[in-house]
Amino acid sequence: MTESQGIMGKGVARADARRLVAGAGCYVDDIGAPGALHIAFVRSTHAHAAILSIDTAAAACMPGVVRVVCAGDLEGICKPMQVAMPGLNMPTASLQYPLAIDEVCWQGAPVAAIAARSRAQAEDAAEHVLVEYEELPAVVDAQQALTPDSPRAVLGREGNMALDCTFGNANVAAGFAAAATVVEQRIVFDRQTGVSLESRGIIATFSPLSGELTVHMSHQSPFQMREVFSELLNLPNHRVRVVCPDVGGAFGLKLHAYPDEVAVAAIAILLGRTIRFQADRLESFLSDTHAREAIGVARLALDSAGRFLAFDVEALSGLGAYQPYPRGSVGEGLHMAQMVGAPYQFDNFRARLRAVHQNKSPTGAYRGVGQPLACTLTETLVDRAARAIGMDPAELRRRNFLPAEHTSRTTPAGLEMGAVSLQPCLDTLLAMMQYEDLRREQQRLRKQRVYRGIGIASFIEMTAVGAALYGANQIAVAAQEGCSVRLEPSGTVLCHSSATDQGQGVRTGIAQIVAQALGIGAADVTVRAGDTASSPVGGGAWASRGMAIGGQAALLAAEELRGKILELGARILKTPAEQIELADGGLRSAANARTLSLAELANIAYFRQHQLPGGGCPELSATRHYAPQGFPYLTANGIQGCLVEVDIETGMIGVLRLWVVHDCGRVVNPLLVDEQIRGGVAQGIGGVLYEHCEYSESGQLSNGTLADYLVPMAGELPDIEVAHVASVAAETALGAKGVGEAGTIGAGAALWNAVNDALSPLGAAME
Amino acid sequence: MSQASKSSVDVAFVVNGSAISEQVAPRITLVDFLRQRLGLTGSHVGCEHGVCGACHVRVDGQVLRGCLLLAVQADGAEVQTIEGLSSSGEIADLQEAFVRRNAMQCGFCTPGMLMIAADILARREVLSREAIRDALSGTYCRCTGYQSIVDAIEEVALARHGIAA
Repeated sequence: MTESQGIMGKGVARADARRLVAGAGCYVDDIGAPGALHIAFVRSTHAHAAILSIDTAAAACMPGVVRVVCAGDLEGICKPMQVAMPGLNMPTASLQYPLAIDEVCWQGAPVAAIAARSRAQAEDAAEHVLVEYEELPAVVDAQQALTPDSPRAVLGREGNMALDCTFGNANVAAGFAAAATVVEQRIVFDRQTGVSLESRGIIATFSPLSGELTVHMSHQSPFQMREVFSELLNLPNHRVRVVCPDVGGAFGLKLHAYPDEVAVAAIAILLGRTIRFQADRLESFLSDTHAREAIGVARLALDSAGRFLAFDVEALSGLGAYQPYPRGSVGEGLHMAQMVGAPYQFDNFRARLRAVHQNKSPTGAYRGVGQPLACTLTETLVDRAARAIGMDPAELRRRNFLPAEHTSRTTPAGLEMGAVSLQPCLDTLLAMMQYEDLRREQQRLRKQRVYRGIGIASFIEMTAVGAALYGANQIAVAAQEGCSVRLEPSGTVLCHSSATDQGQGVRTGIAQIVAQALGIGAADVTVRAGDTASSPVGGGAWASRGMAIGGQAALLAAEELRGKILELGARILKTPAEQIELADGGLRSAANARTLSLAELANIAYFRQHQLPGGGCPELSATRHYAPQGFPYLTANGIQGCLVEVDIETGMIGVLRLWVVHDCGRVVNPLLVDEQIRGGVAQGIGGVLYEHCEYSESGQLSNGTLADYLVPMAGELPDIEVAHVASVAAETALGAKGVGEAGTIGAGAALWNAVNDALSPLGAAME
Repeated sequence: MSQASKSSVDVAFVVNGSAISEQVAPRITLVDFLRQRLGLTGSHVGCEHGVCGACHVRVDGQVLRGCLLLAVQADGAEVQTIEGLSSSGEIADLQEAFVRRNAMQCGFCTPGMLMIAADILARREVLSREAIRDALSGTYCRCTGYQSIVDAIEEVALARHGIAA
């Protein structure tokens, strides 16, 4: 066994971690930029208002101020943003300007920007910008936004509807008519936000001489942003470079083109110099995309044997004032509506989604995008049905799961579903939980008026999404990932990946894949990512794609390089390539026992070609890309379990234990995968118990600090036991599926079910 | 500039063992001063209102929020940042455990987390996992779910007390 064999599947520590523990990480705000001007934004204080005038005279005279920028200053430099998805039947979206023109539609919308020599000076001046507003009627509640006489969230719109669509087949009524039991569940999902600990930040430099815009920003998708800046600022995309350095958490919120960030790039062009902006926490709460706000009503029909017949879903999604450019935000509602019932076999399905605009912060991508909502609706329904028919909830799931042998099919909801392993995941979970013992303990404690609840939640996770999502809607977000590898003269490998890393450890997983293919140690592979000037073109980090797609591209590139190394080695060692073993950083000929280190091979190839038998100039590099083909996404699945204790006097919910069983196919690095899952669980629990963007009736966010918007802390979480059912994905040679969203998708539902289970002897339930 | 210099104050303190003597604006926070004037960017600014703990620094032996202290308040004090703790080797075992157990993801909270972890480890007794979790509850990590962080601190606590994990 050599060092490199079996390196995939090991809990290899991250090379990046050594920098991070020394405080040597380099986030956007850590980058020095001599002479840069700092931006502070004047943001709307109203949810909806007309801008009558902006007086910048006093602000412009404040110390350190170089320029006060309003919308008119950016005219001709920056186009407005407008989300369009030709694949969906959406009314034309409103134009969104980097700085508001005439109207503000959410509290926090950027109105003016102060460019000053320090952030403090810019903030001082911002207080002296006088904006005269005339308040307009605001619509805050999503249900109100649906009504014909509701105020319009954005003036000029015919209505507030952003999307109204239905899915499924025509027979749902027949399914319900034939039912022995029908259960219904209504859930109001609160607004959440991602709360990356590092706020959004950007440094933009424009050189009028070269016409090049260089942007360093805290973002998940540098190539997307290159296209966005190129299009909005009218620059050819090869004149735009986007670099994402260390990113301090992202979770989806750093996937969008924010008006304030676009304004910074436009101001860099306006002033021809370096401009920087780092959001503070208060403006992060106001201006980062929010997510999740929805109302779901779902019904489930069962026959007398407890088999599922039909699901029916009504979903209402509150989008905020605009959909963020370029991806939009109807995905939350679409997933929520269409993925109800996803783990189960049934014949009839109908869902209607309505997504509406309101005068609140725009919503956008957040870990799981709609899938946590679909899972919560589904799994609370299943538990409700189990109680209604007197069957154990685990058994009811077992009877209705999509069978494990499924390869792929299209569900009645119109989902193309790959192979799943729900049954083995359930079996593993029940064994981990010691489910029967827990049930007995629960019964015993109830007699002492201790109310414990056990909840489980199965889920399907769409990962590694291909071109069908954005490409089909003509949105320039790469569906592929790419990887370039080259043998360095030192005998190590330098690798550039388009998959970006916000702490997930994608770079380490890629190093393991490349190391194993080339017979070297993971530490001998350097992986760089996040720079459009050096990375192959690819998507970055979204929809749990890093390992599944970026890893597959790395495997293809490493195998191609391996072939080149063996071919060259065969010439040097005078032995057939198929008789050469590549291991421990070198080549060994089985035919004549001659050896050659990779460093020696590289030295001959790069510096001493004259010694090469047969001459020539060898290529010791390879670039390969991979995009999902023949399947729309990779279907991961899993199940979670939760044990809670509810104090029925105070209503306090204590989360005692958590379990997760997940199938992400091949696990490249269990150390990284397990903590990804745990972090996702924490955010899912946060969504149910702690997190809520609270708005007043007039559309004012009332809890925009970390002291008021609570996220789970260490003392509020128990240990989380994680296990894997590894059904290696048949779709790719690597066989990995995504994992980043699994924890978040199932955690809320398991917790919700556990609480309702605890309350069930009292006839109470949480809605 | 004249207005700025009039409103600045002389401060002198020791940062990571080096004597610092500077003029600072009274309103600049300690963490901004460390980051912007001294280039010590290992202390991070997460919330600027004393909740998240990403800006933890040690002032005269006490772990404090660098965003709730003004630089002028540190006058005469001894300040240690993650850079100082790293180069002195004081928390090398803890850093090693954090790396080995991947007790971080994005790393933004990590310096503040290590500051408070070092503080926990300086206590005489070996804390239970629950007590470690309680002690960490003023320091936010949005990525990990905290378990690997608790694992790493527990492992070092046991090792320092000569107990095999």
